[in-house]
Amino acid sequence: MTDPRPLAAGRGCRDTPVLKQRGQREVFCGLTGIIWLHRKMQDAFFLVVGSRTCAHLLQSAAGVMIFAEPRFATAVLEEKDLAGLADANAELDREVGRLLARRPDIRRLFLVGSCPSEVIKLDLQRAAERLNRQHAPHVAVLNWSGSGIETTFTEGEDACLAAMVPGLPSASGRSLIVAGALPDVVEDQMQRLLAGLGVGPVGLLPARRADGAPPVGPGTVVALAQPFLGETLAALERRGARALLAPFPFGEEGTTAWLAAIAGAFGVSAERFDAVTAAPRARARRAVAAAAGPLAGRTVFFFPDSQLEVPLARFLTRECGMRAVEVGTPYLHRGILGPDLELLAPGPVISEGQDVDLQLDRARAARPDLTVCGLGLANPMEAEGLATKWAIELVFTPVHFYDQAGDLAGLFARPLRRGGLLGGLAGGVMGGAPAGAAP
Amino acid sequence: MKLTVWTYEGPPHVGAMRVATGMHGLHLVLHAPQGDTYADLLFTMIERRGSRPPVTYTTFQARDLGADTANLFRSACRDAWERFRPAAMIVGASCTAELIQDDPGGLAESLGLPVPVVALELPSYSRKENFGTDETFLRLVRALARPVARTQAVTANLIGPVALGFRHRDDVAEVTRLLSGMGVGVNAVAPMGATPADLARLGAAHFNVLMYPEHAEAAARWMERELGQPYTRVVPVGVGATRDFLQEVGRIAGLPVRADESCLRLPWWSRSVDSTYLTGKRVFVFGDGTHAIAAARIARDEMGFDVVGLGCYNREMARAVRAVAAAHGLEALVTDDYLEVEAAIAAAAPELILGTQMERHIGKRLGIPCAVISAPVHVQDFPARYAPQMGWEGANVIFDSWVHPLVMGLEEHLLTMFREDFEFHDGAGPSHLGAGSHGPGGPPGPLAAAVGPASPAPARAAPAPVSSAVAAWLPAAEDELRKIPFFVRAKARRNTERFAAERGLAAIGVDTLYEAKAHYAR
Ligand code: SF4
Repeated sequence: MTDPRPLAAGRGCRDTPVLKQRGQREVFCGLTGIIWLHRKMQDAFFLVVGSRTCAHLLQSAAGVMIFAEPRFATAVLEEKDLAGLADANAELDREVGRLLARRPDIRRLFLVGSCPSEVIKLDLQRAAERLNRQHAPHVAVLNWSGSGIETTFTEGEDACLAAMVPGLPSASGRSLIVAGALPDVVEDQMQRLLAGLGVGPVGLLPARRADGAPPVGPGTVVALAQPFLGETLAALERRGARALLAPFPFGEEGTTAWLAAIAGAFGVSAERFDAVTAAPRARARRAVAAAAGPLAGRTVFFFPDSQLEVPLARFLTRECGMRAVEVGTPYLHRGILGPDLELLAPGPVISEGQDVDLQLDRARAARPDLTVCGLGLANPMEAEGLATKWAIELVFTPVHFYDQAGDLAGLFARPLRRGGLLGGLAGGVMGGAPAGAAP
Repeated sequence: MKLTVWTYEGPPHVGAMRVATGMHGLHLVLHAPQGDTYADLLFTMIERRGSRPPVTYTTFQARDLGADTANLFRSACRDAWERFRPAAMIVGASCTAELIQDDPGGLAESLGLPVPVVALELPSYSRKENFGTDETFLRLVRALARPVARTQAVTANLIGPVALGFRHRDDVAEVTRLLSGMGVGVNAVAPMGATPADLARLGAAHFNVLMYPEHAEAAARWMERELGQPYTRVVPVGVGATRDFLQEVGRIAGLPVRADESCLRLPWWSRSVDSTYLTGKRVFVFGDGTHAIAAARIARDEMGFDVVGLGCYNREMARAVRAVAAAHGLEALVTDDYLEVEAAIAAAAPELILGTQMERHIGKRLGIPCAVISAPVHVQDFPARYAPQMGWEGANVIFDSWVHPLVMGLEEHLLTMFREDFEFHDGAGPSHLGAGSHGPGGPPGPLAAAVGPASPAPARAAPAPVSSAVAAWLPAAEDELRKIPFFVRAKARRNTERFAAERGLAAIGVDTLYEAKAHYAR
């Protein structure tokens, strides 16, 4: 629909002052990433060392209990483990030994730290090194923390990927690494586009299997597929790789800009770039136009969730005709998000961190047409008459690149379409509030 | 350290949240890291609540740990009071805050708030969610309930219903109706729907109806001791239990038993000839103690089933469940390890599971139909329609929901007669359940347990011969076995193998199969 054009000479929201408030943060912790990471890495097992709360979080965030072979578990700390650390280490070694004996298919084991393991200062780094010595070469044991005192939601994936970087093989020649777990179908589409451009070799982080770990070295260029990978990027840079900063590949415009940055780094000719991208670009524009009708001219308010908020606001405002009221993000990485911020027209409040009660007050005052928020807030907002989109779906579903651009617009449009369809139910015969919502 | 994948119960502070969220005018301040806010979605998504749980989390971060988490707690507490103006507050710590020992109770008290502030002890490393509900309600009652004059008319408190309970909303309506039929009014329902002021006048009731011992037994005992209120022991789930309950109410209240059973359909539905096929269906019962005990009684005495397994996941109810199991000639399974439950179900090879959402998944894997009888809950356990478990209507609902997953009577025979019909292949489930349901011949499903306790992974494929002493099946006998309907085939296989083993047979032929059938025929 809208023709993508960079803001003339402007810096968009790049220099907009950021609203920072400190209060209750209504966000998941980094453990949540295990839900998609364990599906992505088919020979990896995630062992959380934590509490019953951590186990319950994983079970609840999964929404449905995925009974089919979950490759994650929680080693729940009990009173006797808290008494003496030596015990906890011995218990951990025993549980890991049993686990690996039962699961010979596991090649990568992640010991995942939690708030309790950090507060009692259980050194999982050392435990991982010890276990690594015991189980090498068949199993690589690594450690990262998904604790809520250190990480917010998608930062768990960042910590996980960063933990893998030191163990990546060394590369000598020129190569591209795309970092960020993507659904397989999206990953395959991306690979086809990159192959069409003649860019290669392409390494993926995380790799589906241990033996697919991408080599890294001074000739490596890194493109992030997700904006929340600051630690991972820094770790890759320490291995000599060079970062490519670009808008994130959401929507037609974002995908084109992201691919163009890679094409530039690999010296792809303009003709070839156009030849490869013209058809999917046109397809993406048509798909977005078909799906985005209900979004045009509407306002959107983002609560902080996944760090995808800035690129998504850019997509919704520039390709779907929405107006952003507030773009909240748990953490604003200005370096990584600079290109997206630049494309975001000034106007919205950019907020980092959260005081959820104050933010709810702002949302209620602004009465946006669409609120993007977490599962804990969605139904309460709907009961107040505010249409919502669950943010978590944006992390779980295929939304990147050209052929998902229409679906991405559709995800945001659906609540508004639904509101329209059900308009006749509102109020009831006597008028008044929506019926049925328990207080 | 205990390896856990799926849990029947959350941590105890989730229990505290269930009490707070059920009530009005109460606010919980929880010292907890940000990730613990996931628990809000249990209420807003699973229960579809239209408002946030009345819970403030301090969401302390690592950088606060060295500095001043106590101050953070104090300011969160003060802010919560100013914003929400609750009539009472409860304060506690989740697992992480328990380790940093900030003493939420003392900190809150030091604020001098003008409302009662009740401190909770929620030992996260030894107790679980049901302990949390029971303990929180006890502490609230102890702090707020005062001796008051009894109401003039005979009234009772309905205690135990909480947020996120299995059909609590509708059970309250049903029990209220039962009591009103006896001429007993309701003084208060608590925690669900109660305000702190309602708790203050709990003592006005003549007695307590303990609806869910899991959530209110400690409070019931306290009120019996301190306020002189007797409480009911029978939980009115099922026809017999409802009748016993009314007798008990009559005894406690000194009233004649009056009951209107005109809407009760279970007895006739169960006696009508279409239900003959239910006779002796083998059922495995597992859930929270209260619902498991009730289900076992209904299964045997009101449905004519054969209870082949009984257990509960909450140790607090172990004694009661063991006693009931013994009366059924069974040994109770008391465990919160779903792999153990799965192994026990696979070994018992029931035709129907009466369990929780966990057993529903186990049933899916083993190809055994399941009806849900107890928490832990799922969004499906909050139907839009009226669907109690208690009282007469509860019995009707139970009849329907237990029979629904089964293959219907005549259909069962047709499946047997036309075994070779391609539409009746083993994967075909009950026709009314659509393409999604399947028998054990359906999707094979992963057979190995992901992780589990030290015990060997349970054999998922129930019919697979386990011991090497098992006789070999001759091809003709295998063919004959395949003609037996899939829902009894596992049993037939096991029985035949046991029969052969007992007789030291090396091979199983068609005759062995039928001799075993005759031997085990009831
Ligand atoms: S916030 Fe901490 S304690 Fe809570 S679930 Fe996450 S890691 Fe576990």
